[in-house]
Amino acid sequence: MGMTMSQKILAAHAGVDVVVPGQLIMANLDMVLGNDITSPVAINEFEKAGFETVFDRTKISLVMDHFVPNKDIKAAQQTKQSREFAGKHDIQHFYDAGEMGIEHALLPEKGIVAAGDLVIGADSHTCTYGALGAFSTGVGSTDMAAGMATGQLWFKVPSAIRFNLVGKPGPFVGGKDVILHIIGLIGVDGALYRSMEFTGPGVAQLSMDDRFTIANMAIEAGGKNGIFPVDEKTLAYMAGRVNRPYKVYTADDDAEYEQTYTIDLSALKPTVSLPHLPENTRTIDEMGDVAIDQVVIGSCTNGRESDMEMAAKILKGKKVAKGVRVIIIPATQAIYRTCLRKGWAEIFVDAGCVLSTPTCGPCLGGYMGILAEGEKCLATTNRNFIGRMGHPTSEIYLAGPAVAAASAITGKITNPREIEIN
Amino acid sequence: MNAQGTVHKYGDNIDTDAIVAARYLNTASAEELATHCMEDIDPGFVQRMKKGDILVAGQNFGCGSSREHAPLALKTAGISCVIVPSFARIFYRNSINIGFPILESAQAAAEIQNGHEVEVDFDTGKIVDKTTGKTYQAQPFPPFIQNIIQAGGLLNAINNK
Repeated sequence: MGMTMSQKILAAHAGVDVVVPGQLIMANLDMVLGNDITSPVAINEFEKAGFETVFDRTKISLVMDHFVPNKDIKAAQQTKQSREFAGKHDIQHFYDAGEMGIEHALLPEKGIVAAGDLVIGADSHTCTYGALGAFSTGVGSTDMAAGMATGQLWFKVPSAIRFNLVGKPGPFVGGKDVILHIIGLIGVDGALYRSMEFTGPGVAQLSMDDRFTIANMAIEAGGKNGIFPVDEKTLAYMAGRVNRPYKVYTADDDAEYEQTYTIDLSALKPTVSLPHLPENTRTIDEMGDVAIDQVVIGSCTNGRESDMEMAAKILKGKKVAKGVRVIIIPATQAIYRTCLRKGWAEIFVDAGCVLSTPTCGPCLGGYMGILAEGEKCLATTNRNFIGRMGHPTSEIYLAGPAVAAASAITGKITNPREIEIN
Repeated sequence: MNAQGTVHKYGDNIDTDAIVAARYLNTASAEELATHCMEDIDPGFVQRMKKGDILVAGQNFGCGSSREHAPLALKTAGISCVIVPSFARIFYRNSINIGFPILESAQAAAEIQNGHEVEVDFDTGKIVDKTTGKTYQAQPFPPFIQNIIQAGGLLNAINNK
């Protein structure tokens, strides 16, 4: 029996030729990631257990992104603790306000993660780097502490579900619509404990940003990881970013998959997830009239350059609807700079949007856009759980940047086709 | 090791935001986090529960964010065990890694009701609903994971090596 792409990467990092689903392995890590919320817990555990040194100062990333710039005194204490730990252990990849970006946009952008890597992160959306052909998965803070101390972690080898992508997505259909459609199809635990392996001729039709968005939300279907094959677009993205050797793995022809779904990208429409689970999907045509109080365009899911570009294209020369707060958050400093350089920042501000420095902020109800009782928000973020963005009675609708920008203009959830592009 | 307590029952897909909302994650203090358990979906939970009580819920328990604060808050609040048909994988890992006992049993999770008195034997995986007298058998952990739990968590297991 052959191995999937995920299984091959795990086998190589465990130093064995073959692994099978369900097998428990100890594997070597290429990168251990934490943020300002999960790192303090990991640092406490690391120190409590008596570890004095980290396994490799170049293979740990501490990114202060969730409540940064510090939202209050307690958040400031947490980044202070992380900063001091980074200083003490001379951690190479420590990013604080001014340099930071949302971790899952920042690490690929800076070439810190690459194809073939085995990455763990104390953040559930660590699965994002599967877009580069890495095995990358979210863990908790104790796992992060163990990873920082030893450079190794235990894994149960996952079985896999294959998503055979065919066709080419139409206008205003992006990675977010693909992954929301898939989550709607299989449910929020449809890929529990499994790899989601995206293959097929449709992959070539997806930009790297689309692939990051799709891999990012594998966790929203319960997936252990999401992974894409490495092609010319992946290699072009890594060129000039990744300054070290990396390895490209491919699935065996006889790899076993528990299930295969064929997804025709050309048949997809802009898709929205209704409260309070990502699996509650409808196409934009099925939405009816839903008035909104707030729009958020950003996050590790949809705060990348192409998301900003789409928002700018739709918002150019327009005004946001009266009574709707629109918050736009480029995911990294480099993307923020692109917004300035290409005139998108001016489009956003002229339209009446708030343009924020990179932060996870509102996505998890931290700050920078908290919802009041009964309010509705259309967000390009990844979770619409009860109370996720504020008051327990507030509601979140998830969509891609095109629907979000169109909805910002009309004040209700809107098909971007209905907006005249200036 | 045994646990006994009153059951608090919840539905499917209880996410880690529901277990402890992100607005409280500006602290790593387990005691402080414990005061906010289940707040957004069951505001009276922390006042109502007693030390040793047991959570029973539906599938995919602990989905969403990887925050270890969630099992840590439940453990610190005094919850002695969680019984569900299936856990989201990061919550499952985190619970093992911090030595918080969890069990998977679809039948027990379906049949045991809110307010029942339940006794759990972690060594055997036996669950007894003392209110109905019915017994259930949960899947025992593989030896690899039992070692982590017996050591009192992952870091202790590493240090013991």
